Amino acid sequence: MSTLALEAINVSKRFGDLQALDQVSLKLRKGSIHALLGENGAGKSTLVKCIVGFYVPDDGEVLLGERQQAIANPRDAHDLGIGMVYQHFTLIPNMTVLENLVLARPHLPAVIDWRKERRAIAARMQTMPFQLPLDVSVNQLAAGEKQKLEIVKQLLLNVKVLILDEPTSVLTPNEADEVLGRIRDMTRADGLSVLIITHKFREVMTYADDVTVLRRGKHAGSARVADSNVKSLAELMIGSEFTSTALARESVAEQTLKLEIDTLKVADDSGMQAVRGLSLRVMAGEVVGIAGVSGNGQRELVEALAGQRPPSGGQIRVMGVTYTGQRAKLLRHGFHCLPEEPLRNAAVGRMSVAENLAFRRYDQQPFSFGGWLRRGAMRTAATRAIADFNVRPPLPDTPIGNLSGGNVQRAILARELSERPNVLVVANPCFGLDFGAVSEIHARIMAARNAGTAVLLVSEDLDEILELADRILVMSGGRLVYETTPGQADPIVIGRHMAGHGEETHAH
Amino acid sequence: MSGEESQWLTVLIAVLGGAIRVGTPFLFVSLGECLTEKSGRINLGLEGNLIMGAMAGYGVAWITGSAWLGVLAAGATGVVLGFVHALLCQQPRVNDIAVGIALMILGTGLAFFIGKPLIQPTAPHLPALHLGAWSDNPALRAALEINALFIVGVLLAPAMAWFFKSSRWGLAIRTVGESDDAARAMGLNVNGVRMLATMAGGFLAGVGGAFLSLYYPGGWSEGLSSGQGLMAVALVIFARWDPMRCLYASLLFGGAGALGPSLQAVGVTSGYYLFNAAPYVLTLILMIAASSTKVRSGMPGSLAAR
Repeated sequence: MSTLALEAINVSKRFGDLQALDQVSLKLRKGSIHALLGENGAGKSTLVKCIVGFYVPDDGEVLLGERQQAIANPRDAHDLGIGMVYQHFTLIPNMTVLENLVLARPHLPAVIDWRKERRAIAARMQTMPFQLPLDVSVNQLAAGEKQKLEIVKQLLLNVKVLILDEPTSVLTPNEADEVLGRIRDMTRADGLSVLIITHKFREVMTYADDVTVLRRGKHAGSARVADSNVKSLAELMIGSEFTSTALARESVAEQTLKLEIDTLKVADDSGMQAVRGLSLRVMAGEVVGIAGVSGNGQRELVEALAGQRPPSGGQIRVMGVTYTGQRAKLLRHGFHCLPEEPLRNAAVGRMSVAENLAFRRYDQQPFSFGGWLRRGAMRTAATRAIADFNVRPPLPDTPIGNLSGGNVQRAILARELSERPNVLVVANPCFGLDFGAVSEIHARIMAARNAGTAVLLVSEDLDEILELADRILVMSGGRLVYETTPGQADPIVIGRHMAGHGEETHAH
Repeated sequence: MSGEESQWLTVLIAVLGGAIRVGTPFLFVSLGECLTEKSGRINLGLEGNLIMGAMAGYGVAWITGSAWLGVLAAGATGVVLGFVHALLCQQPRVNDIAVGIALMILGTGLAFFIGKPLIQPTAPHLPALHLGAWSDNPALRAALEINALFIVGVLLAPAMAWFFKSSRWGLAIRTVGESDDAARAMGLNVNGVRMLATMAGGFLAGVGGAFLSLYYPGGWSEGLSSGQGLMAVALVIFARWDPMRCLYASLLFGGAGALGPSLQAVGVTSGYYLFNAAPYVLTLILMIAASSTKVRSGMPGSLAAR
């Protein structure tokens, strides 16, 4: 029916030994939304970065409006009307919305007439799918508004092809619907063509016209969304080697209160209250999930629990005893933690896997004797844990920083689950992991729960919480604002509470 | 008017006059530091620029007989020192604070070494405007003897604020100062912008030095600067990287510096050294206040990131 806005033909890209893209083709129809679906590391970002000239492909070509175009750098792409919104914000936080929008223009005059610029942008803003206040400093905007600003920034540059890299990862479900809905309207009304990277099936099924699936750098399939379903796409995405290891939830007889947080207050780096008097209780054999949009105090909460950040008020009790995050108390209370970004928060990158695995007990027998470390014992224990938790490569002497994200996660989880924990705090355990690793880590967490551990799961991934949690709490603006159970949970209601009822949310 | 009242009035007028006289070098150094820090680099070497500028300005004014040529020469030494700072800092794994301290010591030592023969001669002074001619109060007339450089500085502050806000170059400096990545994405040469900003900042600090030797206190000696270059760094933090606030803060520091001499002039001699320490105490207080993180709004992103 319609002509093509952009076509990539047999694009290949190799990084060292890794064939990141292998002969991938994609056709973006004019005035449509095309979803690029795939697991982490499937090559989605590499493909779009080849299209916008961020990388130069080893082989293959990019056609724009059915003409071949040499795109050597992002500026060329820009001149051809291709705009990309990167996954990480490229806004300047200390400047206002207006300044950021003006700065994005390729050719600025030597002296900027702000009154004229404001008039011009205010007028254009009327035609934009999102309205943003021009005089607010960007660091005052919530994450969702920043994402809208990134999109508006590209639209103001009159792009014809808009590429979005995981645009909804920082949005609540409602915000995601608003953003994607407006963008779909623009494709219908203005002939905008959109290529959107995502791993969320719901967004593909609801908003996209076409879908291309990548698996391990290869083109796994393309289809009209109307002719596909979630199951067929999932099979394309994951392939046949995937087997689910989902573990059943068992009822736990033990009815003890293990973790109790009482009006906890924690300040963030700038001294602002990030956690504002939060109270919760976790029983033995219970997973309590804390849902929320990033930047609502979750990080500070987990850091306070892990002993990385002193609380400014309130109390944490484990088995009724006041707990402060010192090493001795961590051990005595059986308090275990898998923080987000474990390589940064729970490991020393340059030390070996075996040393990292011994962190909890390195100064006790059998890892140490008479003040001397016993490396042999550490290696033996590490080799066993590596086998149990399927860490790859299975080499205890490799620096842990050389492992991939999923394997660091597995290694740290091996350490934290090596002895039966009383309390396990887990933060975004599956961020950036592929399907196989996710289901394995979920199974480990469920196993710990079934064995009577009290689990506090802090996650930005609502699906993860719905799958694992016995009770769901929603955190917004440093407080718990809503409680429900997976059985009664309504994602729309949860999303509204995540957004703080439209009250001011604090994003950092 | 009773004697006591007029005494306090004299002190007040002297402090105001001192705020202008003592505050002018603060103003130039802090505007220079503000410009450099906006580009995302800290130049602690401005104390060295100040002293080198004082020496070079005095020397050139003496040789050529023109105080204004001295001012230009002082600025030029600042440009050279700024260039060296920027050049060293853009090498991999070089820390700008350490380079700044090294250049501070280098500039001071070099100025003392080269400046030995300048202690005796008398160079022409910078002209002052006698804005107090209408008054018959000698204290007021002294206070309103305002140096032309101060006027330049007062005009420079709003000009710099406008430059940051409304010129392409000013926006480029701010963008570089906020985020290396955003600047590169916009096609800006990060190191080039920082070098120009550091050199221009060095120029201003050198001019501040010329004020010391060519107007107040005047003359060249090794005790000419009393750490104004370093205090100006604290002042920029206090001023939250805003040129207009740099102006007000400079006047505040200048006034504090003039407190001791003014009190001595009316015969309050007890605690003379204590009052002379006022600017240093003020610096300490401001640094403590600034370390409470709420003051840091306005801090360039590249500085905050480390």
